[in-house]
Amino acid sequence: MGLLTTRNLSKNYQMGDVSIAALSEVNLEIEKGTFVSVIGPSGSGKSTLLNLIGCLDQPSSGSIQMAHQEISKLDSRQRAKFRGEHLGFVFQHFNLIPVLTVYENVEYPLLMVKAGNNQYQRERILALLDAVGVLEQQAKYPHQISGGQMQRVAVARALVTQPELVIADEPTANLDHDTAYKIINLMKTMKDKSETTFIFSTHDPKIIGEAEIIYTLEDGTIKNQEDRRNHV
Amino acid sequence: MFKIAKIAYRNLLRYTRRTLLTSVLVTIGIVAVLVFIAVAGSFKQLMVGQITDSMLGHLQIHRKGYVASIDNSPLNLNLNPKQVKKVENILEQQPEITSYSMRLKFGGMLSNFSETANIRLNGINPVQELKTVPLLQQRVSTGNGKSTNPPTLKQGEIWVPENLAKGMKLKVGDQVVLVATNQDGSVNGSSLVISGIVGSMTGPGGRDGYLNLKDAYQLLRIKGNEVNEIALRLNNFDKLETSFEVLKQKLSEIKNKKDKPIFEVHTWQKLSPFSNIAKIIDLLTIFVKIILIAIVLVSIMNVMLMAVYERIKEIGTIAAIGTTPRKIWSLFLMEGLFLGIFGAVTGSLISLAIIQYLNWQQLTFSFGRQDALVLSPVIAMSEIIGTALIVIVISTLASLQPAVKASRLEPVEALRHF
Ligand SMILES: Nc1ncnc2c1ncn2[C@@H]1O[C@H](COP(=O)(O)OP(=O)(O)O)[C@@H](O)[C@H]1O
Ligand SMILES: [Mg+2]
Repeated sequence: MGLLTTRNLSKNYQMGDVSIAALSEVNLEIEKGTFVSVIGPSGSGKSTLLNLIGCLDQPSSGSIQMAHQEISKLDSRQRAKFRGEHLGFVFQHFNLIPVLTVYENVEYPLLMVKAGNNQYQRERILALLDAVGVLEQQAKYPHQISGGQMQRVAVARALVTQPELVIADEPTANLDHDTAYKIINLMKTMKDKSETTFIFSTHDPKIIGEAEIIYTLEDGTIKNQEDRRNHV
Repeated sequence: MFKIAKIAYRNLLRYTRRTLLTSVLVTIGIVAVLVFIAVAGSFKQLMVGQITDSMLGHLQIHRKGYVASIDNSPLNLNLNPKQVKKVENILEQQPEITSYSMRLKFGGMLSNFSETANIRLNGINPVQELKTVPLLQQRVSTGNGKSTNPPTLKQGEIWVPENLAKGMKLKVGDQVVLVATNQDGSVNGSSLVISGIVGSMTGPGGRDGYLNLKDAYQLLRIKGNEVNEIALRLNNFDKLETSFEVLKQKLSEIKNKKDKPIFEVHTWQKLSPFSNIAKIIDLLTIFVKIILIAIVLVSIMNVMLMAVYERIKEIGTIAAIGTTPRKIWSLFLMEGLFLGIFGAVTGSLISLAIIQYLNWQQLTFSFGRQDALVLSPVIAMSEIIGTALIVIVISTLASLQPAVKASRLEPVEALRHF
């Protein structure tokens, strides 16, 4: 079942007189509940692609269909709402809100979409913190915990609104190899538990780990697509 | 919205030094304004009090045209006994007029048998006069140190102005001769004893001498109850304008044979140049407020723009995870608002403390012969609240542009900032 479909998705950047094609004619279909990886060297267009899928940027041409909507056509307020309701994000630099505690960071997206019951929410946040392994850090501020722990908090924050798709652009680029591996494993585990769809990018082929679908990006086009699931 | 407020508050705490610096600036601004308003206001009130309560009275009534030629103290614009009676009837009916004093102003020559000088005099009924301008008593020295018992102005006595007394080396108890021209052009003189020296005041009438009204009638050979000035005291000085209007209305009803009004009435402002100084003080107050607004505007705007630039990545993050532009806008607006509230509250409290301290210190200054006037600065609650509100509103307005800037950031662009 298709969760997200792109059609001839292209993005050009205008640099003075020259136009750089960061992404050209990308067609892909992401299935619900899959663990997708986008790999490619630096500058191959990974971030450009994930920003478009993540409703953070608008394409130069082509379309993105998700949740029965053409998301490339939304205005900035609608995009913010769409992101809050349907998407979760994990960033390369963790991007926790420095003035909020671990608990409050995870709580934040919920408050932005104002979903009801407080007691239920609280339990959900604590369960997530437990699942990603930072329950004991819940009262600490981001600067008081390690990079690996911050990224765990970020994963919990991305999942708290039960999004259909979590987008992680190079979530391991600022972590050592061991920690990177653990984070990818954590995301896979969380995906299996929550039946969310994950898409992450990396320039490091060694950590692809348990990715089920692997897109290889080169110069803004998809060079290869690999499906590692055991098809029945 | 509560969450946004919490983040705004915590952000202010995060940049403690900058927040403190900005609030201190705002605080100093408010303190400067409020203390200035209190001190200037108290100064003004004291000055006005001195002028009205020791010389002019609150309002004055004359024969039409008298004030225009007041400098040569004419005797042909007197109110005749019938007119005086009419005015008195009106005054007695006005409950807001606590007292009034009949004056006969005229010019003459004062001689101490070796020197002669020009003098301007007020013929007064001392009881009426001291009721109407009670502080006059403090201006009059009786020679034996500070006046403990009130100076007298019985028949045969005169109070000479300070500057004349100095120039002619006159003391209390000295005998002088006063010579004046009558209405019919003849000259008359009388011999009087100095019973007081009157301190100078700014403005017309500030260097006049005083003598008993009965002596004035004798000297000027006036038979009836004629005066050329009636000074009034009101029970509520703050209602000066309304009392003035009422009186003006009443007096204008009395017309002469040519159907022109006989009387004119003036407030003290129209009679004293000090009213301009009072106006300048008011203007300065406005000016100081404008400076405060400028300080608040510039410092808050500056600090909020800095905050936006410093936190671009953070803005990108919260935008990416679903914070709408409107909420980002309100986040920054609230930070400015909180800065303003903080500055306003501390500024108001510090101002109150300083004003209290100034009162406690009993600041004195001199004005004319009055050299121990105690400044008692007070500030109205409405003034404090008004100033605090201005600061809070301006702080919010100053954050508007930075907040709009933050809310318009594209998340992709903002997230690239590392
Ligand atoms: N804002 C931008 N302005 C101009 N060029 C850009 C911009 N963002 C990305 N690019 C260019 O687009 C191409 C793809 O970039 P990006 O998607 O960031 O690649 P990756 O994430 O795989 O490193 C690169 O050539 C990059 O220089
Ligand atoms: Mg990238």
